[in-house]
Amino acid sequence: MLNVGKIEEGFVLDHIEAGKSMDIYKNLQLGKLDCTVAIIKNARSNKMGKKDILKVECDINQLDLDVLAFIDHNITVNVIKDGEIVDKKELVLPKTITNVIHCRNPRCITSIEQGLPHIFVLADEEKEIYRCKYCEEKADRKKL
Amino acid sequence: MRHLMSPLDFSVEELDKLFDLAEDIEASPEKYAHACDGKVLATCFYEPSTRTRLSFESAMIHLGGKVLGFSDAANSSASKGESVSDTIRVISCFADICAMRHPKEGAPMVAAEKSGIPVINAGDGGHQHPTQTLTDLLTIRSLKHRLDNMTIGLCGDLKFGRTVHSLIRALVRYENVRFIFISPEELRVPDYITDMLKEKNIPYEEVIRLENVMPSLDILYMTRVQKERFFNEEDYVRLKDFYILDKTKMEYARPDMLILHPLPRVNEISVEIDDDPRAAYFKQVQYGVYVRMALILTLLGKD
Repeated sequence: MLNVGKIEEGFVLDHIEAGKSMDIYKNLQLGKLDCTVAIIKNARSNKMGKKDILKVECDINQLDLDVLAFIDHNITVNVIKDGEIVDKKELVLPKTITNVIHCRNPRCITSIEQGLPHIFVLADEEKEIYRCKYCEEKADRKKL
Repeated sequence: MRHLMSPLDFSVEELDKLFDLAEDIEASPEKYAHACDGKVLATCFYEPSTRTRLSFESAMIHLGGKVLGFSDAANSSASKGESVSDTIRVISCFADICAMRHPKEGAPMVAAEKSGIPVINAGDGGHQHPTQTLTDLLTIRSLKHRLDNMTIGLCGDLKFGRTVHSLIRALVRYENVRFIFISPEELRVPDYITDMLKEKNIPYEEVIRLENVMPSLDILYMTRVQKERFFNEEDYVRLKDFYILDKTKMEYARPDMLILHPLPRVNEISVEIDDDPRAAYFKQVQYGVYVRMALILTLLGKD
């Protein structure tokens, strides 16, 4: 059994689908932060069989919960202070996400307009469908 | 400030008000002949569309306003690489309202975000063409005196036709509307439309032959079946005549059925039908001017 030590301040992302931790690492741009990050892959889980975990030692405000919720809102976010869990954040699907995914429709204005952000809007909460604000192209979350 | 990007931007009540105004314009055009004196409409057409552009220009001229603009991207600063955001900021200094057609989907929305004047989407690629939908709705309302309780048949290319998709999405907001989709297998209405109808419990049928369903229709909305949409020539030749409306097929239609078409027509409606009182497609063009007049007045706050 591999042991990874406690963190003093930061967050622990638990219940990440096994194999997805590197995707989350990239999308949260954790590589750009000057802090300690532990990536645990294929940890045993009663709930999921196996899961990934990310431990990040940094200011909690540096975490973009909207991006995380868009990727997988089933992830548990534990906020750590003084080595203890002080809060568990519930992730809800964000109403809009900006510049997380790019519109793949070649006929969309985002393909030519300079400086135009790629904004996707939650069109169907139940089916978790996001559409491009401009052309209504469906977002393919699996290709994030 | 209000813009028009999609036909669903207006509630059913707001549409009723808009159509009341359009019908009043039709009844008493002289009342509105100077309603837009001193106002300027910019028609920014990044791709050619003679009918839509002229309809907007005619609408503004009949309101006493003036018109400026361009009818092709090659004649605009877009050819020098100017963004839509910059163009609309500039146009906002020249005009009071803008109608924009653009080949890129969502371009009028980008313009609306940066604009100092109301922007009307006059067609953005295969995405939306709201003033065509408003035209279709006004035509049906004016000639049938209702938008609810009817069976509407949509015939031809139901897969790629944006006017068809917009019209369906607009009509589902009215009570007791039933749809019959008449098309070859290859050009059936997309799943997201049928999914929406199922979700809202709105009855619809999908059929291949037009004449079988003709007797049940209150409205027949024709569109063109283009050869290039078919996988092979054989299928096109086999099916193309199914979707040509002629006198023989009209014999099955009710005496008060209306034929609509977004135009241009090529050969999907035989010219022998043009004098049939049920042929409403040229009246539809006239209603297009009235609804654009009403829209300009509404967006300029002169309603």
